[in-house]
Amino acid sequence: MDDFGANCLSLIVPVTFLGAAVIGLVRMPDEDVRRVALGTALIGLVLGLLGTCSFAHIDGPAIAVLHDCAWVKSLGIHFLLAVDGISLTMVLLTGFAATAGVLFSWNVDKRVREFFALYFALIGGVYGVFMSLDLFLLFVFYELAIIPKYFLIAIWGSGERRYAAMKLALYSFVGSAMVLAGMVAVYVAAGAETMNLIELAEKARAGAFSDSFQAWAFPLIFVGFGILAGLWPFHTWAPTGHSAAPTAASMLLAGVVMKLGAYGALRVAVALFPAGLAQWADAIALLAVIGIVYGAGVALVQRDFKFVIGYSSVSHMGFVILGLVTLNEVGLSGAVLQMFSHGIIAGLLFGVVGRMVYERAHTRQLSMLECMGLSKALPFAMGTFVIAGFASMGMPGFSGFVAEIQVLIGAWDASPKFALLAGVGIVIGVAYTLRAMNQVFFSDAKPEHELTVPPAKPISLPEMIGAVMLIVCTLGIGLYPRILLDLIVPALHNDLFQAMWGGGGL
Amino acid sequence: MSYLELTRMAGAEAILAIAVVVVLFFDLYVVRDQTPGTRRGFAAALSVIGCAAGLMFVKLMGGEGEIPGGMLVLDDLTRIAKMSVLGIAAFAILLSADNDFTPHVGEYYALMLTSTIGMALMVSSENLLMMFVALELASLSLYILVGFNKHCAKSSEAALKYFLFGGMSAAFMLFGLSLLYGLSGSLELDGIAKSLQHQGADPLTLAAMVMVLIGFGFKVAVVPFHLWAPDAYEGAPTSSAALVATGSKVAAFFLMTKFVMTAFPASLGSGGWRAFEAGWAPAVAALAALSMIIGNLGALAQTSVKRLLAYSAIANAGYAMMGLLGNSGQGMASVMFFAVTYAAATLGAFGVVSAVERNRGGDKLADFAGLQKDSPWLSFFMMIFLLSLAGIPPLAGFFGKFYLFAAAVNGGEDLSLMWLVVVAVAMSSVSLYYYLQPLKQIYVVDRPAGAGEFKGGFALWVGLVGLAAAVVAFGCAPDLLVDCLTRGGVEAH
Amino acid sequence: MGVFGLMNDAPLISILTFFPLVGALIVGLLRSQDAARVRAMAFAVSLVTLFPIAFIWLNFEAHSAGDSLQFVERHDWIPSLGVEYFVGVDGLGLLMILLTGIVVPMAIQASAGVKRNPQLYFALILFLQAGLYGAFTALNFFHWFLFWELVLIPSYFLIRNWGGPKCRAAALQFFIFTMVGSIAMLVGFMALYQNAGSFDFMELAEGARNNGAATMAIFVCVLLGFAVKVPLIPFHSWLPATYSEAPTPVTMLLTGVMSKMGVYGFVRILLPIFPAQIEAAMGTLQTLAVLTIVLSAFAALAQTDLKRMLAYSSVNHLGYCMLAVFAAAQYTSVDPQWAAEKSAALSGAIIQMFNHGVTAAAIFCFIGFLEQRSGGLRGIDDFGGLRKAAPILCGLMGISLFASLGLPGLNGFVGEFLIFKGVFALSPWAAALATPGLLVTAVFLLKILQRVFSGPLNDKWKGFPELTTREQMLVAPAVALMFVLGVHPQLFLNLTNSTVVRIVNQLAN
Repeated sequence: MDDFGANCLSLIVPVTFLGAAVIGLVRMPDEDVRRVALGTALIGLVLGLLGTCSFAHIDGPAIAVLHDCAWVKSLGIHFLLAVDGISLTMVLLTGFAATAGVLFSWNVDKRVREFFALYFALIGGVYGVFMSLDLFLLFVFYELAIIPKYFLIAIWGSGERRYAAMKLALYSFVGSAMVLAGMVAVYVAAGAETMNLIELAEKARAGAFSDSFQAWAFPLIFVGFGILAGLWPFHTWAPTGHSAAPTAASMLLAGVVMKLGAYGALRVAVALFPAGLAQWADAIALLAVIGIVYGAGVALVQRDFKFVIGYSSVSHMGFVILGLVTLNEVGLSGAVLQMFSHGIIAGLLFGVVGRMVYERAHTRQLSMLECMGLSKALPFAMGTFVIAGFASMGMPGFSGFVAEIQVLIGAWDASPKFALLAGVGIVIGVAYTLRAMNQVFFSDAKPEHELTVPPAKPISLPEMIGAVMLIVCTLGIGLYPRILLDLIVPALHNDLFQAMWGGGGL
Repeated sequence: MSYLELTRMAGAEAILAIAVVVVLFFDLYVVRDQTPGTRRGFAAALSVIGCAAGLMFVKLMGGEGEIPGGMLVLDDLTRIAKMSVLGIAAFAILLSADNDFTPHVGEYYALMLTSTIGMALMVSSENLLMMFVALELASLSLYILVGFNKHCAKSSEAALKYFLFGGMSAAFMLFGLSLLYGLSGSLELDGIAKSLQHQGADPLTLAAMVMVLIGFGFKVAVVPFHLWAPDAYEGAPTSSAALVATGSKVAAFFLMTKFVMTAFPASLGSGGWRAFEAGWAPAVAALAALSMIIGNLGALAQTSVKRLLAYSAIANAGYAMMGLLGNSGQGMASVMFFAVTYAAATLGAFGVVSAVERNRGGDKLADFAGLQKDSPWLSFFMMIFLLSLAGIPPLAGFFGKFYLFAAAVNGGEDLSLMWLVVVAVAMSSVSLYYYLQPLKQIYVVDRPAGAGEFKGGFALWVGLVGLAAAVVAFGCAPDLLVDCLTRGGVEAH
Repeated sequence: MGVFGLMNDAPLISILTFFPLVGALIVGLLRSQDAARVRAMAFAVSLVTLFPIAFIWLNFEAHSAGDSLQFVERHDWIPSLGVEYFVGVDGLGLLMILLTGIVVPMAIQASAGVKRNPQLYFALILFLQAGLYGAFTALNFFHWFLFWELVLIPSYFLIRNWGGPKCRAAALQFFIFTMVGSIAMLVGFMALYQNAGSFDFMELAEGARNNGAATMAIFVCVLLGFAVKVPLIPFHSWLPATYSEAPTPVTMLLTGVMSKMGVYGFVRILLPIFPAQIEAAMGTLQTLAVLTIVLSAFAALAQTDLKRMLAYSSVNHLGYCMLAVFAAAQYTSVDPQWAAEKSAALSGAIIQMFNHGVTAAAIFCFIGFLEQRSGGLRGIDDFGGLRKAAPILCGLMGISLFASLGLPGLNGFVGEFLIFKGVFALSPWAAALATPGLLVTAVFLLKILQRVFSGPLNDKWKGFPELTTREQMLVAPAVALMFVLGVHPQLFLNLTNSTVVRIVNQLAN
């Protein structure tokens, strides 16, 4: 990859943290804070796009090293920033989600500086996870993200925010504690020399991790990451947390942060422990499928609009987890694509539910929203939610469809019954989405507490831009998934995964 | 050995001793009639200068060498330990500069300095007698410091508890040390090691080992020798508690690690999962596990931040014990790294607590409510310190824990000590809950009406900035410290 | 050659598919609130699509041997999944897009009664047209499924927003049923892809059977998707409510074209890929087909609402297609001596699709006229003796009803004749059991004629308006087709011949 692209990408993390620092430390009026925030997010997005374009010119499975310097020499830990196709997919997702999040948060007026400072600290951590190929560094960024999440929900959230924030923080921390234990084990088992994921993969292929080691190390690390990815039955923090969080945080949490868990599971557990995966694949696939069906089923009976979306996230992440344990190219690339796709769609859904509807209606109860005549008052919100709802259902033409069929194909190869159950989950998905759509926007109930424009504020320009941007993303990938698949599929065959194919995989 | 060399080796302690005298005299004769604030200022300044001078001396002039009999030993690692102790003492003094609970200013700072002398001697002794003398010097000074607030019954109670426990554990320690002398015929660690090499794990050696461990265990407050800690920390004046929590811990850990790793290699044993062998390793592993569990679970219910920090100290002592199990240069380095960074973070936390106590009248969680509005920087520093204790990257506490875990697992055969790591991470994740409680009060809860303006002295800010910078720096660039620690390593024989 | 040469090379099918999409966007964004203007614009767009169809028809080589796909466009889309943008027409496809091109403009013009939000309404119809064109020309599962689902969304909203009193429940039921079927089909195709390695319909038809990729389980899944669309009893329960609650022009589309998507699926996909499975389940399937034919006819007889009657009648007519498709799978494992009968049956099925589409669209159009003039009434007993008041209306409607009945000389007869010719030879019992359906159909259709047109003129309807010129022009082409195809069916049979022969040959291999 040429220098320009490499430089672009290596600037993303520092720029984001710099943005956070500037917003947090420099006194400026709220309007300026928002502009700086938008600027930081956009810079991150643009740098990511430029870097991806430059990376796309490289043929074959490539890993582009951006920055490598020794960090703790005696332990073999390096500050290693590098990307491959999968990393770049996630970096792009973060860019889009972050920008949309800032746009949807334009109306935050309480402690604005702290809000955006914490927001970008979180984003910086997320970017860092996706771009580090040193296991220690990856973990540092991963843990870094926990504290901003806590404060974002506890201070700016709604409903049971303090309880939800603590629950989310503790579950995440427990998950990362499990990963830490596993990480120490991996480090020592591989000779206590290196934390470089490429070198660890080489060692794994050479047989450094015995089957009995993998038998407990794999579930420890996979479940540890899986907790953050919403693996059933450790998912209960997700609906509570996402519903209590302010809109931008929900978008980030459901859209990007849950993907951190899946990404970590892919990079560490799946890539390094194929024998362990082979042993545990059925159990985890079962949990994933239960998550898909259970999440959808529970979403069907929710009375709180945001909880419907929260549980739908659990359901969609089930697809990601199912794809991760299929251990074939189609399933794995489907899982990564679903990570991107659901990130965008969740952003859209929370944008409508949290920002467009809740800010104006001040209620999340479906029974009350029914009587507000929202289809007349908020037509743009209605249109966006219809599109987002169909995308979430897995309607062809949107990104979710391609991702879900790939996961289904991959799962069928591994075990047909799981694919069938996942299909059932899709059906229930249609049901709950339609139910929410109907109840909120197309209800028959008389508009007793009609929301009229004014006093309901019209949909502002930032909200519209954010929504349109996300819709274009999901449509674009849905119609031409090659944009991402050409990045993802070669990446599955690069050095990071050499143990996987050589070991127990295809 | 010429007196010049002796001076070079014991220079830091000598400077501190001079500082003690200077502080006392200055306070008694020169500034007697000034306001307490001025007196405190001068005393603190002189003490800090003394510590700093000692630190500089060790860094620049202290050479390698050993006084015969192992009374005073100086090598790279020892120098670093001594510098850490002196640095911690200096910061503790800085942070105490605003406290006005006692009119006996000179005595207070003099005692802090004598305690520091004891700690500095502790880290550089490899002779049983010297060890005990140094230990007692440090402890006795600390007992008095804990009970210094005569207006508060709790302070006296705390001091009494601390003293009684301390006395008893000193007795155990002495008994153990004498057993060791009897068994080996030598007062030096190396000599003991040589003699015990052939004996393995026979009952008398084990008994001696256990007693020595009890003595050290009390000092670092591991379970089941921890009962004094919560009351002592809560009752003592905050600045005394700070020194107890940090300085004595660092010194004690260093000494313990060196002692155990040097003198008892033959009785190592193994604490591995399903690979149990009698020795000091399983004992240490058990102590570590118990401390982590009880320390973390105990902290969950606390409403007083000082008590919370006490239980946190117990838990952290448990983590640090894991490093001992590494039984290698890495193990020692990890214990030291963790102890130093833990000390920095705890010291900072105590500093913030003392500021809040002065301004809001107490150290309960509720007294921290809405602090971010009154003093955003104080709140920010508290966040850094507490998150470092919780083990959140990129702060020093995280790397410290990781280093400990890696050293421990590496020390055990074939990952047999993973069970301890699992206990550690489980308890560590519990700890986030109680570390977030003060932060929640500070950042999330609204400021109570009627809370006055926040006042903090210059010394406090200097101290907090320095400590926060250290925590962040060692977290982001651990090599700064790790490099020094691994260069001069203690190898198991 | 000039322009025509250009047109030959142009991606006509893609243009055909995307032109209504663009038109939908333009119509949807029109500012004018005048429903008539919007309707005119939409009508123009949908009519223009007939030009490329006409061109394709004229240049269609009906007697090409071997692969009869023409106007093929093939581009890589997602290579890692074996997905291509692969479109083309053969006789079957051409007939279907022609049907779409005829019925959709009719439906648009019949929507004169739509006053509320006309831009959205007509945009959705154009959207639907694009989806239909896409579904009938797609030859790779991925974008075929995309268009299949795409058709669902506009129809859902069309039924929901402009329908009758119980339209919301009906729309939801319609959506859910079709979706469940689609997802079952999706899962089935995933499995098929996994086993056969391709999403290409042509490849699957050749290869899937031979390598054992097609299994009973997969067959059931895929069958479900199409069975709901046609519909085949017992998956039909969504139909009566939906057809009657939808606005009449939308019902024209539903019955005229959308139901054909299901039959198209049977002929294009199910039959070539799963003949062995059809044969294995022949008993069950033929029972279902016969039940469809007979039960729906009886059900129609029992109705009083004209729309419901004709809804069940649609089910009945398509049941014949089902019968033919299943019969064509008979004896696949034996020998090719049944080729002639199978060809007859399949040709009949295909031509029946087209004919029924035209006829049913016309009939519903007329029902729409009746509804408008009567102020919303459409019960069979609400009228009487209209022949005296509106002779042209009755005349034309009568012709359509007779065509539906299967009167020789009109188009409906051709399909049914060919189907029975083939099915009697292949599965005599099934054919025999299905004949009551013909009889009962005749009964209720004549009943309509009698009750609505004949008899004494109800005083209420003294001033029943006659068909206006515009309305006459609207139905004239359809009625003309009924005659033309009844007398000269070769016009279309020529086109479909090579397709049918290819399918039958594939079955025999």
